[in-house]
Amino acid sequence: MSTTTIAAAPAAPKVETPFQRFVSEFAASRIALFGLVLFLAIVAIAVLAPFIAPQNPYDLAQLDIMDGRLEPGTVGAGGFTYWLGTDDQGRDMLSGIMYGLRISLMVGAGSAIIACLVGASLGMLAAYAGGRTDSLIMRLVDLQLSFPAILAALMILAFLGKGILNVVFALVIVEWAYYARTVRGSALVERRREYIEAAQCLALPTRRIIFRHLLPNCLPPLIVVGTMQVARAIALEATLSFLGLGVPITEPSLGLLIANGYEYMLSGKYWISFYPGIALLVTIVSINLVGDQLRDVLNPRLKR
Amino acid sequence: MTAFLLRRLIQAAAVVLVMSLLVFLGVFAVGDPIEILISPEADQFERERAIKALGLDLPLWRQYLVFLGNALRGDLGRSFVFNEPALRLILDRMPATLELAVGATVAALIIGLPLGLYAGLKPNSPLSKGIMATSILGFSLPTFWVGLMLIMVFAVQLGWLPSTGRGETVTILGMRWSFLTRDGIAHLIMPALNLALFKISLVIRLTRAGVRETMLMDYVKFARAKGLSPARVTFVHVFKNILIPVVTVVGLEFGGTIAFSVVTESVFAWPGMGKLIIDSINVLDRPVMVAYLMMIVLLFITINLVVDITYSLLDPRVRLEGKS
Repeated sequence: MSTTTIAAAPAAPKVETPFQRFVSEFAASRIALFGLVLFLAIVAIAVLAPFIAPQNPYDLAQLDIMDGRLEPGTVGAGGFTYWLGTDDQGRDMLSGIMYGLRISLMVGAGSAIIACLVGASLGMLAAYAGGRTDSLIMRLVDLQLSFPAILAALMILAFLGKGILNVVFALVIVEWAYYARTVRGSALVERRREYIEAAQCLALPTRRIIFRHLLPNCLPPLIVVGTMQVARAIALEATLSFLGLGVPITEPSLGLLIANGYEYMLSGKYWISFYPGIALLVTIVSINLVGDQLRDVLNPRLKR
Repeated sequence: MTAFLLRRLIQAAAVVLVMSLLVFLGVFAVGDPIEILISPEADQFERERAIKALGLDLPLWRQYLVFLGNALRGDLGRSFVFNEPALRLILDRMPATLELAVGATVAALIIGLPLGLYAGLKPNSPLSKGIMATSILGFSLPTFWVGLMLIMVFAVQLGWLPSTGRGETVTILGMRWSFLTRDGIAHLIMPALNLALFKISLVIRLTRAGVRETMLMDYVKFARAKGLSPARVTFVHVFKNILIPVVTVVGLEFGGTIAFSVVTESVFAWPGMGKLIIDSINVLDRPVMVAYLMMIVLLFITINLVVDITYSLLDPRVRLEGKS
């Protein structure tokens, strides 16, 4: 495999593969590149949290209640510095944020992926089947989109109760419609193209036409919507957890960390809510920066 | 037009019916109200009497039919916690929420329109770029966190504004309003701004896009060629025309604002419907949950219906499409 690439490369030195062109166009925006690096750093922090966090915030043996609500930069009884202060239980906020990022990213990305699979399949089905199936699915989409996401999620969680899986489920329910609409839109355009006609003339099985021919060509808008929806899902999860309807107290996401600091805010202990909020903000902004650039690069209408 | 209207109304009624079933089933899937509402010290007799009084001994479908029949008469049950009709509890809190939502909408227009106008007239100035960058933040910032930060800065550090509650109210038409007292206004400023955050960004972007488009129109060129003052061209010819789409979108967003007030009300302990529903979910006060959700469903279906009808009046294609 690698030998063919090497052999082929000198023969056509100036031809860029679509992927290379995509990479160089994406990198043209410094700010998007910055967003990407930032996002990758956040993911790395979240993944590596158990190894790099100064403290395991779930391990009660490591916590010292006497260190509760210390200001940022204080040296605690255990002898190490709490750079971002501690919460009411004496938890190091920095470690709490690193572990909280894990939950937030997991819920955000997990729900986005599932919603994408569900939404894209239904959207594809609507576009390919047409007729009644199409109008039924699109009615559902309309109904879903006419209802604010926060309310729909609130209703579902009011029924199901707290829990990570419940939150993911609620986010999937409120998000699938965006994917379905996006995929249906581009699939309706693509299925009239000649290559689909050609594939149909070759009597390829429908499944193959959908997954190997139609779907890859509908991917660009799906990727853009998906990126934005990850940011939206993370923000929504944080909001729900803040309201006490999201993740349980044993698995604190960033939103729950912020909620924990709420009561101490009025006495001027700002750091318990402030720093998790900054982490949340940086995460959302970095994803949005990447998403903005992806939209510009992947949208053929904006091509010069 | 009548046929279109009728079809739309039937569809809306069907959606309300389906949603009522979903809400009912969903809420009844939550926990066991008997365990929560009846004190563990109650003896068997007291327990049974309470179950009967709350109608919890009937089979689920009977409970639904009773619920539906009562709902049609405007009775959505009594709150387990307050022992008051759930609907009245919600209607009592509604003015506070409406006040907040209207305040946020007004704030969004007052702040968003001038900024958007400036950014549209001078797209390349550094200030415009700053405005646009800030508007991206408005979309990205988590609302509840901004609310907390507002409290921290303006209530805790500076002590300029009160942090929570509604302040002094005046009773007009049997409803309590805070926007007529100084104290009430002071309480309203932060929650309204917080709720307006997203809408400010939206208004800025819509206004800017509208201005940039309108500036290229022939009638604007003509007005300029006539030698009208730039101020007159800007405010009479450009501004008036972009107001229509901006106001339409902001109006459509009103339902979303009411929905999102759940978050703002929780942050600022604003005693509206949103705070009530969150509290009710936490203590599993089912009648209030059901009543709130049904009210919201009705509200949204009404908003969507009005929008559909308005569009069909404005654009005959919508009506024709429905027929085929």
